[in-house]
Amino acid sequence: MSPNIPASAAQQVDPAIVHSRPALELQNASVVFGSGNKAVTALSPTNLKMERGDFLALVGPSGCGKSTILKLVSNLLQPSDGLVLVGGKEAKGKELRIGMAFQNPTMLPWLTIEQNIMMPLKIVEPFKQTYRQDKKGAFRDRVHALLAQVGLKDFANHYPWQLSGGMLQRSNLCRALVHEPDLLLLDEPFGALDQFTREELWQIMQTLYLDRKPTVLLVTHDLREAGYLANRICVMSARPGRIISDEPVNIPQPRDISMIYSPEFVEMTQGLREMIAQVRSS
Amino acid sequence: MTDSQRIRFLSTTLIIGFFLMWEVLCIMLNVSDLVLPRPSEILVTLWTRFPVLWPHILQTLYSTLFGFSLGVIIGVTIGVLVGTSKIAYAVAYPLLVGFSSIPKVAVVPIFVLWFGSGTTPAVLTAMVICVFPIVVNIATGLATTEPELEDVLKTLGASKTEILWNVGLPRAMPYFFASLKVAITLSFVGAVLSETVASNMGIGNVMMTASSNFQVSLVFAGLIILALMGVALYAVFSFLESRVTGWATRGNDIAVT
Repeated sequence: MSPNIPASAAQQVDPAIVHSRPALELQNASVVFGSGNKAVTALSPTNLKMERGDFLALVGPSGCGKSTILKLVSNLLQPSDGLVLVGGKEAKGKELRIGMAFQNPTMLPWLTIEQNIMMPLKIVEPFKQTYRQDKKGAFRDRVHALLAQVGLKDFANHYPWQLSGGMLQRSNLCRALVHEPDLLLLDEPFGALDQFTREELWQIMQTLYLDRKPTVLLVTHDLREAGYLANRICVMSARPGRIISDEPVNIPQPRDISMIYSPEFVEMTQGLREMIAQVRSS
Repeated sequence: MTDSQRIRFLSTTLIIGFFLMWEVLCIMLNVSDLVLPRPSEILVTLWTRFPVLWPHILQTLYSTLFGFSLGVIIGVTIGVLVGTSKIAYAVAYPLLVGFSSIPKVAVVPIFVLWFGSGTTPAVLTAMVICVFPIVVNIATGLATTEPELEDVLKTLGASKTEILWNVGLPRAMPYFFASLKVAITLSFVGAVLSETVASNMGIGNVMMTASSNFQVSLVFAGLIILALMGVALYAVFSFLESRVTGWATRGNDIAVT
């Protein structure tokens, strides 16, 4: 990691506190759209606990409520019932530091890549307070260090439309990480990429994760992606979703990309595949 | 010669050809200069009367730009209010459409009634006539902002104002500048119109007076001045637009591979 980037706050916290306050907790959280006869349950009451530094992958059939969980945590949606706690506090307002990367890179087209990645620093405390002084100095160095790490050193001053899909998604990861979020939410960020670019980005993602150890919640359709990146995989049932399996991935990190063709790995993803196939048909 | 050079060359040829044709036809058909003066006569009039015309040009420019500036301020304010809230958009829409479908010419007598003749009705006409395109464009630009772009800031806990400032307004800029090009032309029309009806200053008034004195070449000189001013104002805002909102009309020439 570049010396320009200070160690994340999460790493300095006393371990005892870390264990007493999970990074993310859903307590019987459920989401119902509409009311009366037309009510649609998007998420059955769900319990989920993530410790700091966890990399949890959420897999399941489409429409099962994976993205609903992300929206709950990221404050884009309020639970109909139950609680969503981030770092022990209810997921509300600005004090949460959340980084999010969507499937669509959603770079703002009128800003350069550098300005795009700097956006969280303009919005999120405590960076916001010194944004004016630091945007040409410390913050810019921070953005450039991140860009260098994902191989986009020379593209800071390019506009989004000048970059390929894979490059945009790498910038997107930078934007999600630049403010050192306590919680990183990834909503199928590699879904729209070709296989080679995707594997390349998995490796970049793994490096970024191991460097910073944020708490990561990844929603994906890709079981190999889940197995390669995560150290815990939750499987969700078909709509209305709930978590039916929660297993650790006991493969030491960093993992080599060729690992995804090893027999143990194939066996694990096969197991997940069957489980999802079952809940889809039931 | 590149394509753009060729187009520029042909455009210039067309304009010069138009005036030459006018000149030649007037001579060939022996048209009286009380009906249609030749371009050469108009040029001579322009040249000799220019010192007298100059204050009127400034007056028209002043009314146009003053009215236009007021119109932009009012238009942007209403546009932001209406565009940021779906309900406000729906509620205000019928009234806005009603206002914008009034022929703005019809308000000149009202302004004259209220403020007398002179600069004030010209400024107000220029203002009223340009407000609505700006309101509609700002509101549309804001209302059509992709929710995904707003979500980026929402997940960061940004306030409504921050989202408006960092996503909504920049996103609405291309719409805003497109409307400015239309608005400045309309303001110009409004100012001249009001001068024609009720003023003793400005190019509109010059043309009106010249017409009643049968100084036909002076009327046409006024027309040429108006055309040149209109083109110049349009060009200024086109240039600003291309500088500020280049991201929305990106060229193919800077692609990175």
